[in-house]
Amino acid sequence: MSNRLRHFRQTLTAAALAAALAAPLALTVPGVAVAQERGGTMNIIVQPEPPILVLGLNQQGPTQTVAGKIYQGLLTFSFDLKPQPELAESWEVSPDGKVYTFKLVKNAKWHDGKPFTAHDVVFSTSKLLMETHPRARATFSKCEKIEALDDYTVQFTLKEPFGPFLQAFEVSSAPMMPKHIYEGTDFKANPANATPIGTGPFKFKEWNKGSYIHLVRNDEYWKTGKPYLDDIYFRVIPDAASRAVAVEQGTVQQTQFNDIETFDVPRLKGLPNVEMTTKGYEFFAPLSWIEINTRNKPLDDKRFRQAMMHAIDRKFIRDKIWFGLGRPATGPVNSVTRFHESNVRKYDFDPKKAEALLEEAGFKKGSDGTRAKVRLLVMPYGETWTRLGEYVKQAMKRVGVDVTLETTDAAGWVNRVSNWDYDLTFNFVYQYGDPALGVSRTYVSENIRKGVMFSNTMGYANPEVDKLFAQAAQTNKDEERQQLYSAAQKILVEDVPVAWLLEMEFPTFVDKRFKNAVTTAIGVNESYDSVYMVKK
Amino acid sequence: MTAAAITPARKGSGFWSAFARNKGAVIGLAFLTLVILMAAFADVLYPASPWDMTAMPFQPPLSEDALLGSDTLGRDIAAGIAHGARVSLLIGLTSTAVAVLIGVFLGAVSGFYGGRVDDLVMRFTELFQTIPNFVLAVVLVAIFTPSLTSIVLAIAIVSWPPLARLARGEFMSLRSREFVHAAVTTGQSNMTIIWRQILPNSLSPIIVSASLMVATAILLESSLSFLGLGDPNLMSWGYMVGAARTVIRQAWWMSFFPGIAILLTVLALNLVGEGLNDALNPKLARKGRS
Repeated sequence: MSNRLRHFRQTLTAAALAAALAAPLALTVPGVAVAQERGGTMNIIVQPEPPILVLGLNQQGPTQTVAGKIYQGLLTFSFDLKPQPELAESWEVSPDGKVYTFKLVKNAKWHDGKPFTAHDVVFSTSKLLMETHPRARATFSKCEKIEALDDYTVQFTLKEPFGPFLQAFEVSSAPMMPKHIYEGTDFKANPANATPIGTGPFKFKEWNKGSYIHLVRNDEYWKTGKPYLDDIYFRVIPDAASRAVAVEQGTVQQTQFNDIETFDVPRLKGLPNVEMTTKGYEFFAPLSWIEINTRNKPLDDKRFRQAMMHAIDRKFIRDKIWFGLGRPATGPVNSVTRFHESNVRKYDFDPKKAEALLEEAGFKKGSDGTRAKVRLLVMPYGETWTRLGEYVKQAMKRVGVDVTLETTDAAGWVNRVSNWDYDLTFNFVYQYGDPALGVSRTYVSENIRKGVMFSNTMGYANPEVDKLFAQAAQTNKDEERQQLYSAAQKILVEDVPVAWLLEMEFPTFVDKRFKNAVTTAIGVNESYDSVYMVKK
Repeated sequence: MTAAAITPARKGSGFWSAFARNKGAVIGLAFLTLVILMAAFADVLYPASPWDMTAMPFQPPLSEDALLGSDTLGRDIAAGIAHGARVSLLIGLTSTAVAVLIGVFLGAVSGFYGGRVDDLVMRFTELFQTIPNFVLAVVLVAIFTPSLTSIVLAIAIVSWPPLARLARGEFMSLRSREFVHAAVTTGQSNMTIIWRQILPNSLSPIIVSASLMVATAILLESSLSFLGLGDPNLMSWGYMVGAARTVIRQAWWMSFFPGIAILLTVLALNLVGEGLNDALNPKLARKGRS
């Protein structure tokens, strides 16, 4: 009962906070007194062009950004990853952490005029997404039953408690799909896929393939008075240099994720017409690392891996290779997500310590000054990763480790890494706001699966870590989870199954006339119902 | 009397004076010597590896620790150019050598035997000639993963067809000369005739086009490296330009100096090739003498 009350209170506080924040925001714009006026068109870059806009069927990055304006989830998340109401106006969790009950907003409508109800939620989570969405399938298969108590109340009953269950209701993790359009059809072949129907503030209008996607204001939107913008155009610009020029000339008003190459960021940052932020990626919070095949010699020796952590200057990598984007990582959990532990073994940049560790492990210098030889398969994701490879080669050479660089194409990279045919490579994965969703998969031994990319390809196995991650996922008491995850992080940082590099940041450039673009942890994938344009 | 006996007489001092008459060729040769010396003494000039980050990143030219500036990671551009000369020359020369071997062998067989053999070899050659050079090279390197060997082979494989055609033409015309008939009459074997009689007499045009081919090979290697298909463990000029192109608006020197190195070396090779052509082409030489 206390739990229930607390969640209601949280919801109320969030609403009050939002109201309190909105007022001063409108006033902070200098000069003309601006209210959040109607009107305006926003041009946003989308890159690469999404294959389809139905978020339930495709969750690639660009699809999320466009379809996030059309479809909605039950919840969204604040910068510190606290759940916020969206299509669910409130929710309660039973004290044993097994039953989640959501109260839905009563006035939401699909773009074709049909009301949005609890039956749509049940259909989306128990049928459609189970078939089309791997991440949602993993979560909702933990449910014993999913049922509509009435038209506006949905109840999820779990087989056992699952810590990050609420995280699963973010829009790209569980977009609400219209039951009346998809029920009983072949979801992927449904003709309605060409004209997506959601509950969001913007409606699909036109898609000129290779050029732009045009969304228009949903006049029947359930949040009264919103959205403020009339149209959003998503512009497809495949060439990176042209994208930078489009920002410089002001022909587009927003870019996100990897749209702008890192080396262009310092230049664009100085432009008078745009503002840059790295907020709004907390839900994804990617972390990059050197993936280490712990089956191969000399990488099977923990001290060798620790020496790597000391030999590589992560600050140099951040400043000179990523041009200032990101934070040097201290361990497996990104510090902007939940359950990060900072009190772990520290690996400062110190080649002497690295050499001492190598000596201790018995890697003596040969006549040519070489202690050991390893191969590094450079990730074929562009220029920046190539520079990183060259840097790592030189940094390791300083401590007497000879690194041979290998190059390959994207398919070859996936093939070799997933089949464990590598010594070292680079990698980064999204963390989805909770270690149980985005961190444990890299380190638990049950995820050592040959042929599967983004699994535990290092072959790292530690029963203690397995146990801690399993326990932490099966409880929803935050204090308890923090303790378990802290313990797991301490062991991992000691063991160095991968050499963590950066907590990656993406730059979002937004035209200064547009306000409220980045307000939550999903940033540019948000619905944009509160974005407005200041007219001069 | 065979043509082989005439050749040495025509060469000698005549060769050098004919070559020296072409001023461009002399300048080209001088510059080329400079590049070769730079390649030979790269380890003395810049003992550290060109990949070492010896300076602050983004240092402009004439900085204290980097004469021609440093690149995005603080590597010395001058060191890169000196060591890159090795890679460029090595790849240029070896790939040309391989191309000459393949081209001259196939051309010789085709031109000497004629008939069916000629048809077969020439259709095979045309097969290679119809595929754009650079595209084929990119595909080959991509398939065999970039390394010194795969790059040399890829360049050789796309470069031999013109040489084969050239050698075939020479062999066909020399085949019907009297000294070859004489050799046949004296009972020399086909191999001996090809190797000892015809080949020495057809060398001049082959040497000229091979010298030009070195230039093309250097350009090809640079283009491959520019696209990121170079050997990732070797510093080459094309790689330097490719890696620096993204920051060209912030730091022009990172791509300018290696670009100039490629330009001048290729130009020098072309000038030398032209000089060789003047000196070795009998028709021009005769004109010069009369």
